[in-house]
Amino acid sequence: MSKMTADVIIIGGGVNGCAAAYYLAKKGVCDVIVLEADKSIGHGGSSRNGGGVRQSGRDMRELPYAMYAVNNMWPTLSEELGVDVEYYQRGNLRLGKTEKHLKKLEGLASGSRALGLDMKVVDAQTVKEICPYLSDEVIGASWCPTDGHANPMLTTLAYYKRATELGVRFITDAKVEKLEKQRGRLRRVIMKNGEIFEAETVIVAAGYESRYLSRTVGVDIPLYTYFEEALVTEMQPHMFDIMLGTADGDFYGHQSRHGSFVFGSDSGLEGDIDMPLDELKTSSLTASAGCRAIIGYIPLLADAKVVRTWGGWIDMCHDGVPVISKVEEVPGMILACGFTGHGFGTAPAVGLMLAQMALEEETSVDISALRYDRFKPVR
Amino acid sequence: MVDVQEKLKAIGPYREEPDDDMLICRCEEVTKGEIRQAVHAGMFTMEEIRRYLRTGMGLCQGQTCGKLVKGIVARELKVSPLDIEPATSRVPMRPTEMKILARDGGACDE
Repeated sequence: MSKMTADVIIIGGGVNGCAAAYYLAKKGVCDVIVLEADKSIGHGGSSRNGGGVRQSGRDMRELPYAMYAVNNMWPTLSEELGVDVEYYQRGNLRLGKTEKHLKKLEGLASGSRALGLDMKVVDAQTVKEICPYLSDEVIGASWCPTDGHANPMLTTLAYYKRATELGVRFITDAKVEKLEKQRGRLRRVIMKNGEIFEAETVIVAAGYESRYLSRTVGVDIPLYTYFEEALVTEMQPHMFDIMLGTADGDFYGHQSRHGSFVFGSDSGLEGDIDMPLDELKTSSLTASAGCRAIIGYIPLLADAKVVRTWGGWIDMCHDGVPVISKVEEVPGMILACGFTGHGFGTAPAVGLMLAQMALEEETSVDISALRYDRFKPVR
Repeated sequence: MVDVQEKLKAIGPYREEPDDDMLICRCEEVTKGEIRQAVHAGMFTMEEIRRYLRTGMGLCQGQTCGKLVKGIVARELKVSPLDIEPATSRVPMRPTEMKILARDGGACDE
């Protein structure tokens, strides 16, 4: 290892870490080291999610930067990074089959409208006009025309590739043991093999493992894990470019550029999974539950063949939105974790804001509601 | 630990070869040149290569091209193919219709 110091160290080579590295380099700060624990960049949730670039249904604390990414970053991202990240902005339908579903969707839509997002509930006929392939059982849906999807694997690797070209040093198979302060400031990143990296600023964007790392300097973030699975079909004739979800939350997904359909789903038993974090085994139950749900909404896909299934750990935050924050007690540390399963679509904005925070600049969007110390006792 | 910049330097720049337009992954139509260039862009593992190029992600799920891709990546990285970890195999072992998978006796199964 040639040089063990940098202006900024980023722990976690996922989409947020890679994006932060790229935006730092773009701003001229190329003395950046990214430490990825796995042998592959984007090994965690960044490559395992459904690819949604969604604003609808977001919490008011994160909607502003979700919208910032959609308005200012996603449309030009492929051109900027030199890799086609397969971004489609053709809208998101969240489907309902019962009056109860519609009530829930109306709540989501009015909530998002109040925050300035174009989202409404549409009737069965309008749903058919937007997407003619859906079941007649669908009686309505929420519709957000500015939502979309992109390819999460390509997006992550595109940020990695471009940042590498700009001189950022990525180090894979680099497992961090702990962080260490020196003279009151976070300074050292100590590896499991005993090697030590040093930087003025350390961004921790390591998914759930961010909790272990921040705890080594006395900061505990209320995160928990959830294992989610996805499946992909063989290539199908082109049907639609919109993103789909359901009021029931039983599946979500889209047809990719390639023609395959990518869907995320669950079995309802995920809460009791006790696999260790380094295991990523799919269950024998989830894909079946997902297929049932999918056929129930898109009957034409009953004959589509599933070719692969996979799963990944989600870093769930106690209150459903991430922590993106400097830490007062640990100057030099910036936390970005707890993305709760919807961190992909916001990654360009989060990466940019992490770079801004590292350079002591004002963030493009006010994210003070995502501070690390917002958690208070409720009794 | 693998320092990507150092490794890129060690393997040298990508140089065109006469057979770069040879199709290696026939299902997804990926050429030898595309695989070689991906390695020189920093895609060193089979996991990264297949996510970047879709090699082995088509109809045959890599049964035809898996070894070939591995061989090309190993040669570019100047290591033995034995040192390259295979990409993870995924369930189901053969492509299976949704309507078959859906019939497992779960809650809404009729």
